[in-house]
Amino acid sequence: MNYTFHWLPAFRALPDMLWGALVTLEIAVLSMVLGVLFATLLAVGASSKYRVFRAAAVSWVELARNTPALFQIYMAYFGLGSLGIHLDSFVALLAGITFNNAGYLAETFRGGLRAVPQTQLRAARSLGMGQIQAFRLVMMPQMFRIVFYPMTNQMVWAILMTSLGVIVGLNNDLTGVTQEYNVRSFRTFEYFALAAVIYYLLAKLVTGSARLLAWRLFRY
Amino acid sequence: MFSSLFETTFSFNDLMFMLKGAGVTLMLTFWAVLGGTLLGVVFGVVRAVSPWWVNAPLGAVLDVFRSIPLLIQLVVANSFKTIIGIHWSPFTVGCVVLALYMSAYCTEIVRSGFLAVPTTTRRAARSLGLTWRQDLTEIVFPIALRVALPSWIGLTLGVMKDTAMVWWIGVVELLRSSQVIVTRIHEPLFVLTIAGLIYFLMSFPIARLGARLEKRWREND
Repeated sequence: MNYTFHWLPAFRALPDMLWGALVTLEIAVLSMVLGVLFATLLAVGASSKYRVFRAAAVSWVELARNTPALFQIYMAYFGLGSLGIHLDSFVALLAGITFNNAGYLAETFRGGLRAVPQTQLRAARSLGMGQIQAFRLVMMPQMFRIVFYPMTNQMVWAILMTSLGVIVGLNNDLTGVTQEYNVRSFRTFEYFALAAVIYYLLAKLVTGSARLLAWRLFRY
Repeated sequence: MFSSLFETTFSFNDLMFMLKGAGVTLMLTFWAVLGGTLLGVVFGVVRAVSPWWVNAPLGAVLDVFRSIPLLIQLVVANSFKTIIGIHWSPFTVGCVVLALYMSAYCTEIVRSGFLAVPTTTRRAARSLGLTWRQDLTEIVFPIALRVALPSWIGLTLGVMKDTAMVWWIGVVELLRSSQVIVTRIHEPLFVLTIAGLIYFLMSFPIARLGARLEKRWREND
């Protein structure tokens, strides 16, 4: 082995990479918020009585779950580009991940909806609650409990997926910044190993705070 | 704009090139799933039966593979291979990284399958005179398989889709081959649609099979 490690340039790049990590987190959070919104619509749409809505929801979910995330981001960036819709790489990445998140979360939500027995709703109604009240006070809390853990997983997934932005030319997220430094000095291993550590800490930050939140929220 | 969808310079050879890429995707998937499953079964059983001082460190190490983007893992492994001077092709590096990546997920699936077998069932087996080995092969394995197989199918499909990232270290698989054609004929939407269709055709039937298995086994419970 005749390779000398140069960690110093990598540590000099650390502040920039941490700013990149902030962008990564920003994209992940945005894609999750939008993903939850779309997923709710999809979950409702999949059980709609109109065929059009059902077909649209089902094809979104199946397409999101059966093609690679990278392909979906490519479609948003290059594919839509040839239809004359030019998204910059940030928006394309966000759109791709949101599409993916929504597809996976829709299935999670559907499972959550089904897991709460309908008798609960009827019991709440017979206690004198209105339909909306029963849904909000009885069904929702139980559903949230079930979907919380898969949602945390999806959030970690979203963070990991943001690394794909570099392939469509994003240069200010964590991987993008790392790659910028890498092409200047070719200290590939050092830069990317450091990026790996930061990603690991980000993922742990998410799971850790989710656990804390769950502990606060879900005790009787 | 839309006319480019119908008047295409996409040729039969281009399609063959993409199908060859799809073949590479399948080969990558095959080796990754084979390696990942073997490792995953070993680690999963070890995690299920070992005391905490083996279980916890093993779990922590495997967790690393699930907390770092695959793209970064590939780049780090690829440059590390150069540093220590092993001459592996990018394809081999891709297979190894994907196999490790899969093993991390597979371990959890195997472990939860193993732990899903009630202790009482195993005690009953032992008290009927089955040996420890028989208990494992005749009781634990069939029950755990039912619990684990649907998730395992899902994981396999996940790995198949994740092989798309391997082109970053220089393997020409399905997505990369479609990219090559896009740069030549400049019809990204059309070519990508075909690529997506191929992915979908490779993934969807197996996904359906998994869903059906899961449903059928749940009904028979």
